[in-house]
Amino acid sequence: MNHEAERYERFFLIISGVFLVGFLLVLAYTSVHMRVMLPGRVGTIEANPGESLAAAVFRTPPFNHLGVTKVGPDEYQAVYFAQAWAFFPREIDLPVGARVKFIATSVDVTHGFFIAGTRVNMMLLPGQISEETYTFRKPGKYLLLCHEYCGLLHHTMHAWVIVK
Amino acid sequence: MSTPIVAAPDGFALPQEQRRFIKWTIYLGFIVLAFGVLNGLDQALNYAHIDIFRFFPGMRTYYQGLTAHGVFNAIVMTFAFANGFVALLVARGLGTKLNSGILAASFFTILIGTLLTAGAIVSGTASVLYTFYAPLEASWPFYLGLALVVISTWITSLNLFVTLAKFRREHPGERIPLLAYMGVATYIFWDIASAGIAIEVVVFLLPWSLGLWHGADPMVDRTLFWFTGHPIVYFWLLPVYMSWYGMIPRQVNGALFSDSVVRIVFLLFLIIIPVGFHHQFVDPGVPRGLKYAVAVMTFALFVPSLMTAFSVMYALEIGGRRAGGSGLIGWFFRIPWKDPSVCAQVLAMLAFMLGGITGLMNASYNMNLEIHNTTFVPGHFHLTVGTAVALSIMGIAYWLVPYLEQKELWSAKAGLVSSWLYFIGVLIFARGMISGGLAGMPRRTAISLIPYAEPPGWRLAGILVGVGGSMMFAGALVFFVVIAMTVLAGKRTQIADIPYSVTIAKPQNAGWELSLDRLRYWIAIAVVLCVVVYGPFLASQFPLQLNIPGFRAF
Repeated sequence: MNHEAERYERFFLIISGVFLVGFLLVLAYTSVHMRVMLPGRVGTIEANPGESLAAAVFRTPPFNHLGVTKVGPDEYQAVYFAQAWAFFPREIDLPVGARVKFIATSVDVTHGFFIAGTRVNMMLLPGQISEETYTFRKPGKYLLLCHEYCGLLHHTMHAWVIVK
Repeated sequence: MSTPIVAAPDGFALPQEQRRFIKWTIYLGFIVLAFGVLNGLDQALNYAHIDIFRFFPGMRTYYQGLTAHGVFNAIVMTFAFANGFVALLVARGLGTKLNSGILAASFFTILIGTLLTAGAIVSGTASVLYTFYAPLEASWPFYLGLALVVISTWITSLNLFVTLAKFRREHPGERIPLLAYMGVATYIFWDIASAGIAIEVVVFLLPWSLGLWHGADPMVDRTLFWFTGHPIVYFWLLPVYMSWYGMIPRQVNGALFSDSVVRIVFLLFLIIIPVGFHHQFVDPGVPRGLKYAVAVMTFALFVPSLMTAFSVMYALEIGGRRAGGSGLIGWFFRIPWKDPSVCAQVLAMLAFMLGGITGLMNASYNMNLEIHNTTFVPGHFHLTVGTAVALSIMGIAYWLVPYLEQKELWSAKAGLVSSWLYFIGVLIFARGMISGGLAGMPRRTAISLIPYAEPPGWRLAGILVGVGGSMMFAGALVFFVVIAMTVLAGKRTQIADIPYSVTIAKPQNAGWELSLDRLRYWIAIAVVLCVVVYGPFLASQFPLQLNIPGFRAF
């Protein structure tokens, strides 16, 4: 019985291993071929002595120019800052097919930056710049949510992305 | 041919005084769990747009209740249970008593820590959730209490090491009995894994809350948190694995087929500690390459759990076939389902399969971009820690409390009702949470108070969460009634021993298997891997920017 069990176990683990490696290969495929990438290190914002973080954010490009900027054909840049308990800008308009680079940071606590129904999903940390690029292929009213707890009125923190 | 997995299977009794400390450590966990579960009900109903949390005694906001739910259930209860249960099993496995002084120190440390933390949460000065991300700033008793709760686990590990050293002196040349091996490996692993949270709290957050630092470094703090925050799930899980490997085979009249496989499983958990970055896949400031490397390591973590799935299932099958079960799955229906301890733990294992699959989905970083911080995540971990661990602990309690009290279980039938209610409840609950997450519903959010219209898919998800969560609550309530009635009104009886198991293949006293017991080499490998993964990143954060001011609007 013992011997048999060991044989079965080896078989079971080989199958499991094949599955795990298979999953990793699929992951690699989505990264390389479909360009599903995780955000990496972008940059930091450091306040000078005596300066508030908010002041440091607003003097640091691109946060001195909030909102949507067209940077090429169908290419846009959307710059946000988050503060308990709102995003700025509160609403942006984009055309269908727009490829948008979202650049955002927080001026106080850790916030989330999540557009429901898309894979625009990042954490905003005070002092750190977050970036994520996404192409809106369908028109609609997209809900931008804070999905990290940020205090008493966290559930009210939202904004809109209008694609038409 | 069968080998008991304890050293002295006969005639062992823990001194009365030690049994009392173990008992009260575990009961502290259950009392805290009762408060945590009570605060779970209002969380679940919140998703169904029923707002009852403001009526909870001592709890004023949703987030205060959520903090209590997370901290009480996931940190205090699990640690208290581990401190008591693992110490008992190690003593039993070695057939020797523990150190009474250290046992008492561990109990009073976790008791004081729990009171401080609970006091801070109830007073409303620590609604910072279970992750307490700086610069959210709680009052100092919250951090001090948490530090003491962690320190109590270190005191417990000291007790285990002292007891093991005594055993080795008295039994030169013998293998460490399996039951003790599992317990000691669990605590060694946890001593290394808890370093992150300990440094975060003791070096940064506690002095900060006392005004000694002017600010916090949110990036470093959350990285230290997640260094511990992932492996903490194995500290929840491994005491339960000790029951699945060490007790369940006996309880179903089966047997564990291999001693060495179990040791390898525990060593794999010991080695693969530094995978916390997979909780930071969408963080800024963490290099991409590091995230991808950790993603691969995270997949490796499924191997020990898959090994467990095989070994434990096989033990169940032996039991089921001995009871006359036949065919490919016929044996599964012949295991003692009428035993509430077995029933709860086998249902917990079934939930764990779904928990494992959803865990794989979380770990796949492309999926993670869709579901990070959505309700998919609590959907996943209520199947793992919320059921695989919590329901197993309830199942263990059905023999453990009678053993500790020397009283009969008050009602086995009520125990079965509790287990099934909880299990069916979590399936409905998790279905709601997972579908809600896929529809973009954020976690840790007072959904009943949102100021915008619900996107499609949220309503049904929320109702399922409310219904399933209420069933889980009802199941837990029945559990507490059974335990309370056993303690208060159970019939006196003599229960000589715990249901330790046997293995079919003996531990060999020669050859490669001996290296499994040379723990210091495995510890060295684990520490080196932690340094390789975390060292360069943490070094790159210097000089630290302790300049983000605290935030207390909660």
